[in-house]
Amino acid sequence: MAQMTMIQAITNAMQTELKNDENVLVFGEDVGVNGGVFRATEGLQKEFGEDRVFDTPLAESGIASLALGLTLEGFRPVAEIQFFGFLFEAMDGVAGQIARHRYRSGNSKQAPVVIRSPFGGGVHTPELHADSLEGLVAQTPGLKVVIPSNPYDAKGLLIEAIRSNDPVIYLEHMKLYRSFRDEVPEEEYTVEIGKAKVKQEGEDITLIAYGAMVQEAMKAAEELKEEGINAEVIDLVTVSPVDYDTLVKSVEKTNRAVMIQEAQRQAGIAGQVISELQERTILSLEAPIGRVTAADTVYPFTAAEGVWLPNKKDIVQKAKETVEF
Amino acid sequence: MATQKKTFDAVEVLNEIESKFDMVQILDQEGNIVNEDLMPDLTDEQLVELMERMVWTRVLDQRSISLNRQGRLGFYAPTAGQEASQLASQYALESDDYILPGYRDVPQLIWQGLPLTKAFLFSRGHFEGNQFPEGVNALSPQIIIGAQYVQTAGVALGIKKRGKDAVAITYTGDGGTSQGDFYEGINFASAYKAPAIFVVQNNQYAISTPRDLQTNAKTLAQKGVASGIPSVLVDGMDALAVYKVTKEARERAVKGEGPTLIETMTYRYGPHTMAGDDPTRYRTEETDTEWEAKDPIIRFRKFLEAKGLWNEEKENQHIEKAKEDIKNAIKEADGVEKQTVTQLMEIMYDEMPSNLKEQYEVYKEKESK
Repeated sequence: MAQMTMIQAITNAMQTELKNDENVLVFGEDVGVNGGVFRATEGLQKEFGEDRVFDTPLAESGIASLALGLTLEGFRPVAEIQFFGFLFEAMDGVAGQIARHRYRSGNSKQAPVVIRSPFGGGVHTPELHADSLEGLVAQTPGLKVVIPSNPYDAKGLLIEAIRSNDPVIYLEHMKLYRSFRDEVPEEEYTVEIGKAKVKQEGEDITLIAYGAMVQEAMKAAEELKEEGINAEVIDLVTVSPVDYDTLVKSVEKTNRAVMIQEAQRQAGIAGQVISELQERTILSLEAPIGRVTAADTVYPFTAAEGVWLPNKKDIVQKAKETVEF
Repeated sequence: MATQKKTFDAVEVLNEIESKFDMVQILDQEGNIVNEDLMPDLTDEQLVELMERMVWTRVLDQRSISLNRQGRLGFYAPTAGQEASQLASQYALESDDYILPGYRDVPQLIWQGLPLTKAFLFSRGHFEGNQFPEGVNALSPQIIIGAQYVQTAGVALGIKKRGKDAVAITYTGDGGTSQGDFYEGINFASAYKAPAIFVVQNNQYAISTPRDLQTNAKTLAQKGVASGIPSVLVDGMDALAVYKVTKEARERAVKGEGPTLIETMTYRYGPHTMAGDDPTRYRTEETDTEWEAKDPIIRFRKFLEAKGLWNEEKENQHIEKAKEDIKNAIKEADGVEKQTVTQLMEIMYDEMPSNLKEQYEVYKEKESK
């Protein structure tokens, strides 16, 4: 066991898989000699060579499609989009091509591609760096979308994503990169894609979150406890497909739920999750499923992040409203 | 006041660059060899085989249009006029080479080994049409214009990393050169010195938009200059010239010298697709007639007849053979089982996600009734 930040756990996962499988390639803008703008690929080119870990021209569409092309020669690309706000440039490559590749070939070809990309607010980035666009890819059949909230899951999920024969969008919240350390095994292990995790058990209300909102939900749960409300906190881990079995089990126990996301109310995946849950648990619900989200504006100017981003307080308030409904 | 001395003439630089792209031609409209030095190294048998393929493919186009009108085919993008551009470039390939075709490039796939039945199933919209046989190194026709270009850079880089003596070849049209992916594709391949051949089939129109409205550039070939790759403008109605420049691009690529951009100057006689496009709205009869005089089959026929390698009887034999092949393939396509929703679900993922697993049961139940 070692104490690792999430970024170290991510590097460690890529290192593990570069070692395990010679078909694994890591590439993107500045991921080579520079080791990535967040040091996520630090040391990898030195260890595995320029043939395995390399830089690309500055063009996201080119990067995504390079990845797809490389799969046709049997490679397993781990491509980086420097910030997920730049996804729009690569949207055809990701959603129009990689996601459909297996289907359009009638299952005769596959795209074992991982797209790694940082996103998320609270670190004062310039425009189009922090936007939560997971909803766009979660709406695309053919993709799996994962968002780890801690170093342990980050490593296991990335190894699992690289080994998956289905394309996986692996989103890394920038605020979580170095905000805390976790016990992370040195050896290889995997975290299942499509499986949510109960972070804390409770009986009164289910708080469903992912990404940086998991920590906010945990903090909210602590505060709610002081007021006699025992919240169950669930980390979705995978936002497509969502693990409804775990959610339903929890909601049937607590009879109340709040869905929490950093994305705007009209974006993210909250609408979809709530809609599925009400179909599956309506007879167990004592109150409407609440929602904590950002406002339906463009991602805020840097100095306005503090008032715009959802946080613990918003969760506590919505949870209380739901319990008192 | 002193006049400022002119030190740089940007217009002159442009004119100079554009003047470099002369059109490569070997056969003129009358089938005469006009450039003996470029004559490719093809045996009599190969020359005849290339002609047979062009004739067969012209028949395929005629029959496909009529089968489409009868409702026995779906999406179809006519190919008549482009036989030299499509087939002579494919003829320069080896079986290890990878083809990334656009939506009009079904003939290249067929000659690379895709069974005609599958090509018809693609047209109708059946997934079995895209299940290519082992050894046919190709993707199904790409609908998103430009996507095949960026993907080709990836395939070519993969080929290079595997150390194979092969290339990736891709095709787009004149309109497609305006896409960002067109440029990103040739530029990525250039940066990685990847073994790729990028073909621009300039058939003068992107649906109704004339080529001159895409760009003020005098040639499309010169767009290769932007990414620093060798580029050629070739007479796309001349099978020998198309073969020659593709072969040379292939040789450069497998030697590790990087990609080439080839512009083939060609024409489609038919509409853009069979989905209601009417070329009389935007093309004149004069233009059609002018290009029909350049027909790749007519000039190659004259060339081969002069060598005593071709005659009417041979041509008719091949027309009949094509009709027979098409009849059989359509019949076979008719016999292919209809698609079900559960089948479509099965081809989505390696590991079916929970949402699809749930839906699978629902549709299985529905389909059992």
